[in-house]
Amino acid sequence: MGEVKLSGKGLPVTKKILAKASGKEYVESGEFVEAKVGMVMVNDLTGPLALDAFEKLKEKKVWDKNRIVIVLDHQIPADSVHSAELHKRLRRFAAEYGIKNFYDVGRGGICHQVMVEKGHVKPGVVVVGADSHTCTYGALGAFATGIGSTDAAAVFSTGSLWFKVPEVMRINVEGNLKPYVFPKDLILHVVGLIGEDGAIYMGLEFTGSTIKKMGVEGRLTLCNMVVEAGAKTGIIEPDEKTIEYLKGRVKESFTPVYSDQDAKYEEELSLNVEDLEPQVACPHSVSNVKPVDEVGDVEIDQAFIGSCTNGRIEDLRVAAKILEGRKVKDGVRLIVIPASQEIYLQALKEGLFEVFVRAGAYIGPATCGPCLGGHFGLLADGEVCISSTNRNFVGRMGSPKSKVYLASPATVAASALTGKITNPKKFM
Amino acid sequence: MVLTVVEGRVLKYGDNINTDVIYPGKYLVFTQPEKMAEHAMEGLDPEFPRKIRDYGLVVAGKNFGCGSSREHAPQSLKYAGCKCVLAESFARIFFRNAINIGLPIIECKGIHSKTDEGDRLQIDMEKGIIKNLTKNEVLNFKPFPDFLLKIFRSGGLISYLNLKSKTT
Ligand code: SF4
Repeated sequence: MGEVKLSGKGLPVTKKILAKASGKEYVESGEFVEAKVGMVMVNDLTGPLALDAFEKLKEKKVWDKNRIVIVLDHQIPADSVHSAELHKRLRRFAAEYGIKNFYDVGRGGICHQVMVEKGHVKPGVVVVGADSHTCTYGALGAFATGIGSTDAAAVFSTGSLWFKVPEVMRINVEGNLKPYVFPKDLILHVVGLIGEDGAIYMGLEFTGSTIKKMGVEGRLTLCNMVVEAGAKTGIIEPDEKTIEYLKGRVKESFTPVYSDQDAKYEEELSLNVEDLEPQVACPHSVSNVKPVDEVGDVEIDQAFIGSCTNGRIEDLRVAAKILEGRKVKDGVRLIVIPASQEIYLQALKEGLFEVFVRAGAYIGPATCGPCLGGHFGLLADGEVCISSTNRNFVGRMGSPKSKVYLASPATVAASALTGKITNPKKFM
Repeated sequence: MVLTVVEGRVLKYGDNINTDVIYPGKYLVFTQPEKMAEHAMEGLDPEFPRKIRDYGLVVAGKNFGCGSSREHAPQSLKYAGCKCVLAESFARIFFRNAINIGLPIIECKGIHSKTDEGDRLQIDMEKGIIKNLTKNEVLNFKPFPDFLLKIFRSGGLISYLNLKSKTT
């Protein structure tokens, strides 16, 4: 497993993977390339539109049935006859084309968690998904980016796709995070700094001692949210932690790709996080970020822990630690949803569910659930929710007159206890 | 083939218009064009589907279409009768999706400050010229690179692939 020395031409890993996938030695920012795709994913909301597009193709053949992943996650179990029809259609397509990586209700969970957990993402390749948070998998050293449904249909059929080579911004992070500060706080801070459109079309690369120390779960959270700054990808070079995580998951061999030592970046951002406090993104923009103690007196109606950003086992552990032996404030509903069946089982084994239930929380099945306001756990007019998810746009979790604050699972749990947005410090 | 010269009147919106307001999450279960058209821009302007039929053009600020990858967003605009979206900048997945489904889309610096709601514009996609017929002004933009123009001229990615498979 050696380093791929493709260029020595000052290429950052983001561009190096794109170059490799397009059969080139070198690529330039702004150039259009046709790159080979290692894996493509669609879910129950974007998949049906991909099938609509696929059916318009003259040749309705799939390029490689083992490189297509279909996950039912947004509206599961079917909450209406409409969604049941969408699920039925995808199920049929999977059967007809022999797509084995089809994750039905009860078999997978949220698409992005399923992709990494089931070994569908490996370092050094291009992975695309018809969902904007596909960028999550950059945490494992892949060039991962969200695409549309028509794009996905094209990949189903040809195994490749057009890309514009992005400019790359390096974000170097040094220092130790305080014990009550998490990767979620770091990425909220970053989005707050660069803004909602601060990294449009760009690739972000995270480096530095803070990232080295961070576990894979935290890195997934970090890369998950790069799209909230407009970025095309976020990536972290693979290391021992990545390799350890991939063991037993990825069955095929792979070759990690690293940045050239003299890699050139269009932009650089240096951060020291020693003094970083928990962060909160206030309504109605992910870049409207403040330290939790500066948010003021905000009473909440609902608290949500889950999603592809923060529904992993470590998130649930932290929340359970805060909630253990305590009660969710009367008048507040706390909803907890593990991001996948695997995490669900692990939380069950560790006794975390007992902690949640005793605290008065509602536990949901692995699904996107309240995160996109499409399913259950929606908000009424004037209600306020603090959420471990990644978006707080107007109407994102229900009524256009509701408000969503984004924070780490620790801040969400602490706030559920007090009924107000609260620094988790005092419970840890 | 798609029209490369379009004309219409402007409906104007602001910065960072995200896909959740262009096409709210609760309607994602619909895939029928007429259903999608009914809910276009509902999170921002419930009157949009009625208005856009007369107007035809959307002008917005920066980062139009940010947020989710839902192709329902550009599709709903297209099906509602939008002939072209012009903005200071676009979120990248929205941009791809628009090209791929054949919805004309133009990135033009200054478009937001230099046009008012109701202005009549005539746009030449290939030459990169916007004529503001109301104000008697001309704005230029960088036309698509050849690669995208090819996809666009075929009417979208699927037609492009179909044409390609015929010629090879
Ligand atoms: S959990 Fe939320 S952000 Fe993640 S894939 Fe589901 S809806 Fe999208």
